[in-house]
Amino acid sequence: MRFIPNFKGFDFFPHDLRLPFMRYKGLCLALSIIGMALSLLIIGVKGFNYGVDFKGGSMLEVQSVSGPADISALREKLGKLGLGAVQIQQFGAPSDVLIRIEQQPGGDAEQQAALKKATDALAGQYTQRRVEVVGPAVSSELRMTGFIAVFAGLLAIVAYVWFRFEWQFALGAIVALTHDVLLVAGIFSLLHLEFDLSIVAALLTILGYSVNDTVVVSDRIRENLRKFKRMDLNELLNLSINETLSRTILTGCTAIVVLVALYIFGGEVIRNFNLAMLLGVVIGTYSSIFIAAPLLGYLGVKREWVGTAPKQSDASAARRARRENLALK
Amino acid sequence: MLHFSTWKQVAIILTCLMGLLLVVPNFISKETMAQWPRWVPKTQLNLGLDLRGGAHLLLSMEVADVRKDWLNTLRGDASKRLREAKIPFTALGITNNAVQVRLAKTEDADAALKTLRGLIQQTGNLMLGTSITDLEVTKGEGGLIRLAPTEAGLQHRISSAVSAAIETVRRRVDAMGTTEPNIVRQGSSRILVQVPGLQDTAQLKELIGKTARLTFHEVHASASVEEGRQRPPAGYKVYESDDKEEGAQLLNETPVVRGDELVDAQPGFDQRTNEPIITFRFNNAGARKFGNFTKDHVNRPFAIVLDDKVISAPVIREPILGGSGQISGNFTVETATQLAIQLRSGALPAKLTIVEERTVGPSLGADSIEAGKLAGIIGGIATIILTILAYGTFGIFACVGLIVHGLLTVALMSLAGSALTLPGIAGLVLGIAMAVDANVLIYERIREEVRAGRTAIAAIDAGFTRAFITIADSQLTTLACALVMFWLGSGPIRGFAVTLTIGICTSIFASVTVVRLLIYYWLNSNKRVHRAIELPV
Repeated sequence: MRFIPNFKGFDFFPHDLRLPFMRYKGLCLALSIIGMALSLLIIGVKGFNYGVDFKGGSMLEVQSVSGPADISALREKLGKLGLGAVQIQQFGAPSDVLIRIEQQPGGDAEQQAALKKATDALAGQYTQRRVEVVGPAVSSELRMTGFIAVFAGLLAIVAYVWFRFEWQFALGAIVALTHDVLLVAGIFSLLHLEFDLSIVAALLTILGYSVNDTVVVSDRIRENLRKFKRMDLNELLNLSINETLSRTILTGCTAIVVLVALYIFGGEVIRNFNLAMLLGVVIGTYSSIFIAAPLLGYLGVKREWVGTAPKQSDASAARRARRENLALK
Repeated sequence: MLHFSTWKQVAIILTCLMGLLLVVPNFISKETMAQWPRWVPKTQLNLGLDLRGGAHLLLSMEVADVRKDWLNTLRGDASKRLREAKIPFTALGITNNAVQVRLAKTEDADAALKTLRGLIQQTGNLMLGTSITDLEVTKGEGGLIRLAPTEAGLQHRISSAVSAAIETVRRRVDAMGTTEPNIVRQGSSRILVQVPGLQDTAQLKELIGKTARLTFHEVHASASVEEGRQRPPAGYKVYESDDKEEGAQLLNETPVVRGDELVDAQPGFDQRTNEPIITFRFNNAGARKFGNFTKDHVNRPFAIVLDDKVISAPVIREPILGGSGQISGNFTVETATQLAIQLRSGALPAKLTIVEERTVGPSLGADSIEAGKLAGIIGGIATIILTILAYGTFGIFACVGLIVHGLLTVALMSLAGSALTLPGIAGLVLGIAMAVDANVLIYERIREEVRAGRTAIAAIDAGFTRAFITIADSQLTTLACALVMFWLGSGPIRGFAVTLTIGICTSIFASVTVVRLLIYYWLNSNKRVHRAIELPV
């Protein structure tokens, strides 16, 4: 191993930094609540720009055979087919066009008929790159499973946090996670970005990432609760956030750098997916520092379970210690 | 604590080498690999349809069709049984999803009930020993008998119809000459068809969109179509035609011979008119039935019906005893070829509707792979730079861990045969960021321990053990999310969940165990140089 040079890393983060996060916990929570309320309001008023997955209908990505696509000519040509609302937009390169045909009244066969009309009209001038047709039955099922997935994801996480920590931590986590999902969904609604199955996957990943962050801070809080039995809770929470801050920021930066690379170079097809993840990582990092931990300051934590107190919780502390020993092995 | 026994070291290094060995085939062309000895692993990463291009169709069976079909058969069977038992009835029809018989004499009710109960079939699960009756036969007021299919019976019919349909669809798709189509049941009444590399789905959709139920019917001897429309004779029905020349016909509802008695169907040309036709051959039973029928009906027309539409109604010039024949009827070469395939592969038990279609052209798939590679390389390099900048020599170790993580993830995915999808690439890249997190947690902890005044070895030891609880907690919660995605997701989401899950599992090995081994080697090599090591964290 001698051939590897020994050099120290650049420890760019001042470690004695004690930022007074807890002093502003009221303000942060208020801001977050306002953010969540605004998101709900926007979603309520504007709704989502559902993609084909959730709304049904057809989507075609086509490429002009020669030269840039003539969008207005396309619009005229497809408008004459009587397929209801047809959205046409340029997609990435100038020769690429994305066409969305709204769900046709009737059943699944009508969607296929509409697609056939459109492809017949495009034949010769455009080649198909991608086609998605989702019928009314499948789209409503996907919408349902999409929402259930996010909900079940939340529940699974909360159950885990509750099992590993105390209920206060689980409550903090669920508020932080709901906040992340709501805000990302709110931004998608506000910017009228397409909301489809891949965004649901992104939301689930955001849940995973955000709870990851929250768990790291919670772990430190639990450790400090054992270490400093007499410390004021707010002070202790603040200390825990600060101690893990360098990690939070470094990991957050890595994730953001990677996601920015994916967003810029990853291609048009999954751009929205990457955007959702990027937003989620930023919001998720914020929420674990400014929501999950401060909320504990309000909820209070049973400090007896650390070992200073009555008998029954001694037993639970012993159980916990055993469990951790197991985890270590 | 910071000690590795020899066998442990060997195991870790072997695992890494194994990963490398499994990843290598992905960079080598199939032709080169064909010359390798058999024991060398050759599995390549299975690309999802969104990356390699191809068609994905979700078909749904018309449950109403299955029910209707069953009721029709039931009506036929009931009438046959009653006639055999010499029980007269005045009406036999289908109302409210049940077959109803009105007996001529009320006192026959018990005898009829007994006869008709013979139609009940016990279906069930042999393994579980449970059994269900598929039919309920009940007696109503005034000699009315009702045969109502039960829900369980219907489910059983649907399930076997879907199985039969899968076989038929497979034969039809295979006839197109595509490679490795994937045709599986999804849910109770759906079939998923995935055909890699297929871009133009029009032909595929035509092929599987038709039931292709071919039947040969007797034309009513005297009544005209107009009379049939107004008051159809018992057992007869007007069948429409798409073809103007042939027109609608008044036909016996019970066909003489069905398409399932065909053994072969081939496209061909009529020798006189040079029109595209389809030649077919019946099996023995079919040939006998058809021969007897044509013998009795010389100089009268019969009708060839496809999916309840008349395609032609030729006049029988002489008995057709050989069991083969031909169908003509305004075909083009293409439609004749297609119909021949459909007839050969058998009729679908019920109509299949396309409820979801996703097709990706190969050019878009290739573009996506390129974009994913570029983003992955840039993301990876950025991560490596950041890590080395932040942690120096230990950062290099972390990067080695990352590379092992990447290798193992790809190796496990090739091994498991799970497809890499477009969101899966994002999952892979995000997995790298998550794997770094494990190292960040460990190294930050080591730094803290050093600042708290511990010696190098004690700090490293404490760093790994303390951080491990946190790593396990955070990875397990992500795992919970991935499992939910896998459970609920379909297609691309499932691919993403698989990638994420494999990434989590390998990251614990790569970022914790491998990095720890590297640090162990580093400590050993530096111990001899100077006693008091300063950690290059």
